[in-house]
Amino acid sequence: MTREGSAREAQLSHLERLEAESIHIIREAIAECEKPVMLYSIGKDSAVLLHLAIKAFFPAPLPLPLLHVDTTWKFRDMYAFRDATVRRLGLELIVHVNQEGIARGINPFTHGSQLHTDVMKTQALRQALDRHGFDAALGGARRDEEKSRAKERIFSFRSAQHRWDPRAQRPELWSLYNARKRAGESFRVFPLSNWTELDVWQYIRREAIPLVPLYFAAERPVVERDGALIMVDDERLPLAPGERPMARKVRFRTLGCYPLTGAIESEADTVEAVIAEMLATRSSERAGRVIDHDAAASMETKKLEGYF
Amino acid sequence: MARARLPAAAEVAAWLEAHERKSLLRFITCGSVDDGKSTLIGRLLYETQMVFDDQLAALGEDSRRFGTRGAELDMALLVDGLQAEREQGITIDVAYRYFATARRKFIVADTPGHEQYTRNMVTGASNADLAVILIDARKGVLTQTRRHSYLVRLLGIRQAVLAVNKMDLVGYARERFESIVADYRAFAGRIGLDAVTPIPLSAALGENVTRAGGAMPWYAGPTLLAHLEAAPGDARLAAAPFRLPVQWVNRPNADFRGFAGQIASGSVRPGERVRILPSGREARVARLVTADGDLTEAAAGRSVTVTLDAEIDVGRGDLIAAADAAPEVADQFEATIVWLHEEPMLQGRAYLMKSGARTVAATVTPLKHRINVDTLEHTAAERLELNDIGVCEVELDQPIAFEPYERNRALGGFILIDRITNATVGAGLIHFALRRSHNIHWQALDVDKQLRARQKGQRACVLWLTGLSGAGKSSIANRIEKQLAAQGRHTYLLDGDNVRHGLNKDLGFAAQDRVENIRRVAEVARLMVDAGLIVLVSFISPFRAERSMARALFAPGEFFEIFVDTPLAVAESRDVKGLYRKARRGELRNFTGIDSPYEAPEHPEMRIDTTRVSADQAADLVVAHLKAAGVTGGA
Repeated sequence: MTREGSAREAQLSHLERLEAESIHIIREAIAECEKPVMLYSIGKDSAVLLHLAIKAFFPAPLPLPLLHVDTTWKFRDMYAFRDATVRRLGLELIVHVNQEGIARGINPFTHGSQLHTDVMKTQALRQALDRHGFDAALGGARRDEEKSRAKERIFSFRSAQHRWDPRAQRPELWSLYNARKRAGESFRVFPLSNWTELDVWQYIRREAIPLVPLYFAAERPVVERDGALIMVDDERLPLAPGERPMARKVRFRTLGCYPLTGAIESEADTVEAVIAEMLATRSSERAGRVIDHDAAASMETKKLEGYF
Repeated sequence: MARARLPAAAEVAAWLEAHERKSLLRFITCGSVDDGKSTLIGRLLYETQMVFDDQLAALGEDSRRFGTRGAELDMALLVDGLQAEREQGITIDVAYRYFATARRKFIVADTPGHEQYTRNMVTGASNADLAVILIDARKGVLTQTRRHSYLVRLLGIRQAVLAVNKMDLVGYARERFESIVADYRAFAGRIGLDAVTPIPLSAALGENVTRAGGAMPWYAGPTLLAHLEAAPGDARLAAAPFRLPVQWVNRPNADFRGFAGQIASGSVRPGERVRILPSGREARVARLVTADGDLTEAAAGRSVTVTLDAEIDVGRGDLIAAADAAPEVADQFEATIVWLHEEPMLQGRAYLMKSGARTVAATVTPLKHRINVDTLEHTAAERLELNDIGVCEVELDQPIAFEPYERNRALGGFILIDRITNATVGAGLIHFALRRSHNIHWQALDVDKQLRARQKGQRACVLWLTGLSGAGKSSIANRIEKQLAAQGRHTYLLDGDNVRHGLNKDLGFAAQDRVENIRRVAEVARLMVDAGLIVLVSFISPFRAERSMARALFAPGEFFEIFVDTPLAVAESRDVKGLYRKARRGELRNFTGIDSPYEAPEHPEMRIDTTRVSADQAADLVVAHLKAAGVTGGA
């Protein structure tokens, strides 16, 4: 009954191999960790990760909750999409806001993007993980996003203080992940490590994964600041004297806090058009993120402190 | 560049069609510090247009600050990620890079070329289908080249590109290239690396990387990128018999029991007969379940969920295999081990071994030899240090299904994990099962430990006294045994000095001998506990790992670790046997507390502070503890 492989299923395509690897990683994390959680940022990478996790455990329901670390400054469309997704798929969602940050009135305008991100994202994530005792947090980060991520393991060990030590990472061979840890220690698990931005978009198209509409071009009110197009998503965005929002046809390549996320002018209103634009583009995905430009190697510094 | 123009809709549709079906190739680049490895990868990213304007701007700035190429763009800076390594001008770990052409997506493992090389390269090579081995045309085949090639072959890579770099610096001389290639082929043949494609290139200038350079008209072969696009994938796994390591049992309700995992080799269809290992039970595959509907067939590489037509007990770590071509099951085998940690590997120490989805206890028994990766010579060794490679026998506490690594990486590769620190300390490649493991079976006996102990009116257990030499372990153990004997209990005392005169007289005091010393004593104690006795073990037993290995041999509640806690200064001032004086004079080597460490227990069942209680009082405390624990509660 042993037979020739050639007569059988054809060789897997790159998307199929990536999908199979990610599903393997997700299952390993759930099997090896006691209290895992999936970080859900509402963006396209989160959407792909969620889709893969649902596939990994089908027909059983998703065996872990989602955690949204909410800075309270996300786009309104993101909140609406989040709530609709949770309802549609019957998921368990935990929303965590750093209440101390709220009490101190932390916001991106008076305190700058760096402090805002530190308090409302990095510290907030640590609070949420500690409060619920999660020992593994699955996230949609990819190694191609940024140079310091290229070296991070798929199962990335964190000390009880949530610190990442890039010089003391466990060697990761084959697809064998060492998820052993002591009480208080945890893992960040990155099932999409080997995906590129283009892979993500191709997979979204292939699987028809729903996304926040902000990824597609539409007329939106924006103001131009330091060369970035910032959307006036609500009345909290302070306008300079004489500054008037203008209607432009724009979309976003990444989604975060709206005052910190630059839009690009675009006509791409379908997945295919977005991919076409990517093929012609001359700037990287993170160029639209204000936080990455704060300091040289800023992502590395943030990660050492526990940023995802 | 093509990217500057927006493609038309028809073009996009054609592009999407082609790109959805393209294949994936994973490769590793190996080279010494100055061979230009980062430059080559940077060049590949740049030429395949994976570098964007904002990254180019950053690169221009970085080149001025850290670059080694003056005003030119330094391609290496595109890939050297962390701040620290940029400042040192070297990469420090394994980094993964991505690029794609119209025909293929590529994942590159980039590893540094300095002292931690073996560890990083083995990690990067473990998932690679092909290796690009860089040589500086000015230097030719070096010791490092041979080392890299050996490691590549060891990790199961069969295709290599010999990238002879910096051809611009030798005037693009054909003779130079050909003499390097001849040198290399002679060596590659010896290690079984047969499929070698030599390419002369200049990564800094881009010659023969992605475009055929005019500088070397004598070279008619493909560019590096063209070769990478055309290199065949590994077809052997798809053609091999079906193997599915079970990762997760999917049980949403009483009606569904699916077994999920990634197919390690072969393919499967509903109706085909499979055998579950290690249990050996058989069934037929009922369904191949996915969220997109059931599959009619699934092949190597795919993550699937299968259901069976019979109710069989299958758990995480089991293997589902083609019934007519099932692999071996064994608990002892020979393996190559690559040591990945600063703390050396000791023979006889118990580690955890993860293979597939299964984690078991593993002990490395005799270390046959160490391999010198520069000369390929075999030398005798008793331990493996960081980056050492050795051939050993590995013994497991339970049988696993496996295949030789050469045949299947997923079923023949394993990692070793330190039981205390949880660090990944070693990587192993299984060669074959040792025949012994097929023949020895545990004899199931009707008269068991409980019965033997009940006859004696006690519960069997071991009292493990640990502490420095001169701490008072033997005095306390003697007094405990006397009190128990007076109560009519059946006991035996294993004392370090006495055992070393007989059973363990072949062992010295080096770390690996200490490990073996404790292993034997723990096994003897286990047999005695099985005989129903209360066993006292009075051994320095300085290492936590061995005490925890000993503890693992016993059932919960059977092992009492008693820490006889005496400060070094106090033990040394007593110096009943005069050993500390000898050790201080350098006449005794590896003496615990002096030039060999003592690792105090973290959670002993009892701690006795001998600066506060006498030996008699200590014995009273232990005997009272045993009574409270129900060991001697009966009579």
